[in-house]
Amino acid sequence: MYVAVKGGERAIENAHSWLAEERRGDVAVPELGIAQIREQMALAVNRVMAEGSLYDTDLAALAIKQARGDLIEAVFLIRAYRTTLPRFGASLPVDTGEMRCDRRISATFKDAPGGQVLGPTFDYTHRLLDFKLAADGEVPPAAQAKPQEGPVPHIAGFLNRDGLIQTEAPSDEAPPDLTRDPLEFPANRALRLQALTRGDEGFVLGLAYSTQRGYARNHAFVGELRIGRVAVEMELPELGLAIEIGEVELTECETVNQFAGSKTEPAQFTRGYGLVFGQTERKAISMALVDRALRWRELGEDNLAAPAQDEEFVLSHCDNIQATGFLEHIKLPHYVDFQSELELVRRLRADTEALHEAAE
Amino acid sequence: MSDYNFAYLDEQTKRMIRRAILKALAVPGYQVPFASREMPMPYGWGTGGVQVSAACLVPEDRLKVIDQGADDTTNAVSIRRFFEKTAGVATTTKTTEATLIQTRHRIPEEPLTRDQILVYQVPIPEPLRFLEPRETETRKMHSLEEYGLVHVKLYEDIARHGQIATSYAYPVKVEGRYVMDPSPIPKFDNPKLESEAIQLFGAGREQRIYALPPYCHVVSLDFEDHPFVASKADHACDLCGSNSTYLDEVIVDDAGGRMFVCSDTDYCEGRRAAGHLGRLAAPLGQENAA
Repeated sequence: MYVAVKGGERAIENAHSWLAEERRGDVAVPELGIAQIREQMALAVNRVMAEGSLYDTDLAALAIKQARGDLIEAVFLIRAYRTTLPRFGASLPVDTGEMRCDRRISATFKDAPGGQVLGPTFDYTHRLLDFKLAADGEVPPAAQAKPQEGPVPHIAGFLNRDGLIQTEAPSDEAPPDLTRDPLEFPANRALRLQALTRGDEGFVLGLAYSTQRGYARNHAFVGELRIGRVAVEMELPELGLAIEIGEVELTECETVNQFAGSKTEPAQFTRGYGLVFGQTERKAISMALVDRALRWRELGEDNLAAPAQDEEFVLSHCDNIQATGFLEHIKLPHYVDFQSELELVRRLRADTEALHEAAE
Repeated sequence: MSDYNFAYLDEQTKRMIRRAILKALAVPGYQVPFASREMPMPYGWGTGGVQVSAACLVPEDRLKVIDQGADDTTNAVSIRRFFEKTAGVATTTKTTEATLIQTRHRIPEEPLTRDQILVYQVPIPEPLRFLEPRETETRKMHSLEEYGLVHVKLYEDIARHGQIATSYAYPVKVEGRYVMDPSPIPKFDNPKLESEAIQLFGAGREQRIYALPPYCHVVSLDFEDHPFVASKADHACDLCGSNSTYLDEVIVDDAGGRMFVCSDTDYCEGRRAAGHLGRLAAPLGQENAA
């Protein structure tokens, strides 16, 4: 005798309490604190803030803890929280020329005013497992120098003085908001950059890499990569002036790309741009390369049918929360549709069998 | 959950969604873009349906949530609990008692009435998507009423298989104008798309809402010599004996034994309560004891 399964509700509850137990792991091992994640898993925290589109290190650390270190799941938690927040206004555009840089390098010039500042980078480390770290993570203090004061002009600005690099047309148009309006095509550059900065690091990296390997190659030099803190300012109507409401850490990458020009138009380098929350330079460089590839139409280049040139392809698929949700939804029951396919295949098979029998 | 607004979404967002719903009802079958929000459940798991339901719910509503026709499938349970928590509305498993029904992949067997709203969860709203992947192109095709490609696809099915080989998400034409994807319901359900109830379709990830107003004319695409057939398994329900409902096939033992049962669990229970018994059914009270 068949008894219909009626355990959905209890099964879900039990699964969730098991999950909570697994998240905690062995209780003999001390529990991770939010501050520990924030301080010692800072690059994971940065990625979650960047792709979650919410700058809050403590919330990102909490999300990482809750997600058991699954960063896409953590991004999802942050995004779902973010939508519930009221919006009381928009900040002024941040001025990265006033950034207090921890890192600032240029690959196009041997030196730059202010010098090349390596900052806290993995570059030039030898990727050898440090077994000492397994026992004791304490480190001697790093050498210190006086921070540089004053504005830090962009390297591309030096090129631009001679007209060697194409100038971005200034615009006072309010940028569209991906999270408040449905995505429609064609998208302008502001919208594309918005989608890329919160897009999946792996996806954007793969696309950028594909341009380097010849799928819409646009040979990029890292004109400048800088990481540091900028002030966030907001204009308060009651006061009639802008006041600083906080600061955020950003990674900014400007690429200098292959030049455009003709017999009549003087040759000029072109640009790609990446700007991402936190210390996230792999993402910022990738973003700049993809941004540049997407500008083919505006720069009068050929459509080579490369994935990185196709804005509908890139923008529709770079969001890992959309992607992971839709991918994983195939775990949900689909037995009604499968049943209809089953009936169809049986019917088609019966037709063919009847045909074979008739032929014999 | 006092930290969240009634039915989770803030009132501004609900207003935006309601505008899209009204536009969708005014242009039946047309996909209205809307600024879908990030919900606390994953994209692809009913975020579109949940947003449409949230925008329609009022405190007096009685909500039913089904997935595959059943009230107790895991995702139906999860969505029902979401609204119990965030809206505090009454819930029910009885189709006739519900004022708003959110569904995935089925239309209830019981004909719906003018006092009811049926909300569908939609994965891919675009009926032309698998013929043309670009949104820029498909929107153009809709505006020009250029639907030849769909008919070519159906014709190719017949040329290859001898019949139309689409068994679910079977495309329909609405009021003689827009070709519409009825969401992945089995084509058995297509005739029920002409209904007294308001039918709303929400696709969260794809940011689209579309609708069928009551009594709207909905035709499943076909050819004169290959007319549309709303097919189902050629059996009766083994629990309630119904001959006219959509059936699930359940494997019951390791030897491949199987039985057929109504996919609409509420309808099946109702019939058994009324004394109808199928081939393998025990009377209702005894089953609970088992």
